[in-house]
Amino acid sequence: MKAWLAHHLHSLKIASQRFIDAPVASLFTILVIGVAVAMPTGLYLLLANLDRAAGGIKPQAEITVFLKIGLDEAKGRALVHTLGNQPDIASVRFVSKSEGVAKLQAAGLSDIAAGLPDNPLPHSLVVTPRDTAPHSLETLGARLGKLDEAERVLMDTDWIKRLAALMGLGHDLVFMLSIMLGLALAAITANTIRLQIYAQRDEIEVARLIGATDRFIRRPFLYFGGIQGLAGGLTGGALVSLGAYLLEGSVQQVALAYGALFVLSGLSALDLLLLLCLSAMLGWLGAYFAVGQALRQVENT
Amino acid sequence: MIELSGVTKRYPGGHEALSDVSLTIDQGELVFLTGHSGAGKSTLLKLIAAIERPTAGSIVVNSQNVGRMKRPALPFFRRNIGLIFQDHKLLYDRNVFDNVLLPLHIQGLTGNDAAKRVRAALDKVGLLKKEKARPITLSGGEQQRLCIARAIVSRPALVLADEPTANLDDAYAKDIMDMFRAFNEVGVTLLISTHDQDLIQRYGGRNVHLAYGKLVA
Repeated sequence: MKAWLAHHLHSLKIASQRFIDAPVASLFTILVIGVAVAMPTGLYLLLANLDRAAGGIKPQAEITVFLKIGLDEAKGRALVHTLGNQPDIASVRFVSKSEGVAKLQAAGLSDIAAGLPDNPLPHSLVVTPRDTAPHSLETLGARLGKLDEAERVLMDTDWIKRLAALMGLGHDLVFMLSIMLGLALAAITANTIRLQIYAQRDEIEVARLIGATDRFIRRPFLYFGGIQGLAGGLTGGALVSLGAYLLEGSVQQVALAYGALFVLSGLSALDLLLLLCLSAMLGWLGAYFAVGQALRQVENT
Repeated sequence: MIELSGVTKRYPGGHEALSDVSLTIDQGELVFLTGHSGAGKSTLLKLIAAIERPTAGSIVVNSQNVGRMKRPALPFFRRNIGLIFQDHKLLYDRNVFDNVLLPLHIQGLTGNDAAKRVRAALDKVGLLKKEKARPITLSGGEQQRLCIARAIVSRPALVLADEPTANLDDAYAKDIMDMFRAFNEVGVTLLISTHDQDLIQRYGGRNVHLAYGKLVA
């Protein structure tokens, strides 16, 4: 156990020494990995923020149910109670005829309202659904339309559908980009490890001749790959955080222009931890394949 | 200790380095392997150390069939053999001490115990005072002695030496042969390849002669 630990520490020491021996090359590689990591991470962060921004609008997804003309107000108000108790409905608001006209007037359409001989508006219910996913809105709308008291159901779900589709597309993009750039990270690591193996081939040959196992030979390279991935991930995280910091001002201006208050959120600690673990793992994997291939090559010659 | 029967090694391209060699070496023997260059001396040593595999025949070392040994078992097998190379195969990016430490390190031995054994091995070959030196600053004879120290530090029962005195002048060669004799006296089995007939006559011991891949005597 002690020997095992000592050996791991030694491998770690060798791996760090290799970084120190070639600082410029290491720095560039880490920067390349950092950029590769920053791209999907940045897009992910953008989507997370958009999601949050859209989330602020979601409660406004409302379904308006116009009740049959001539239905009296008490019955309408009774509906508020029955519907309000249903599980997929967050709240129901009753808008009476007169309120409707008042709204028209408030909206600056008083001329139209005044020109009419009688109040033509029906009583209506404004239903706020609990779930704003497009399909559940659809079902709820259909159910409300079947009510005896309902004349017509008005739903503005198109923009929600579009937003959901766009967000879905964005998430797919993040996923694809992550896979592609993850591969790139592993490949970059594999390449630097190949160069190192080339530089260390005497040592590898001698070590094999005097009884080193593949594992013993592989270990320092794995550590190197892991550390490089970790450093790259850290760089990527830093790049994204820097980007978020620089964009914060303009985002706030945009939000203000839309009359909203929005604070750009950066990477959470959990995001960062996940990012670091993932990039270290990919670096480790790249190293594993590169060394495995090199060891087989040595075997064949 | 070593038993070869009907060993043939044919390289890709058709060159037959060894043909039908049968040979038995007992524990504690000091055996010289002689023959002109290209006679198959190095090939024979490589086969015994499982660096190469025979085309035909069987090689049994320490009652292990070397020719059929699986890859993962090879490192553990090699740890019981001290290998000495004509070209030393030292690592020039580390000092004398660390070169000798490498086999122990590979076997998981570290710390004070390892350091003691490294110094004991360096003492045996007379390099104790140069443990901090880089191998490149050592003379040819010293480099060969360093290679020997690395081979014996893990106290193997079998030492294989491929032309250990080839590039050395007489005084150095004598030094190294004396060392081998001393190892043999404490029970180490040695198989040494050389083309230096004088040396063998001076030291005696069993002589195995190869000519064109065949065993002559």
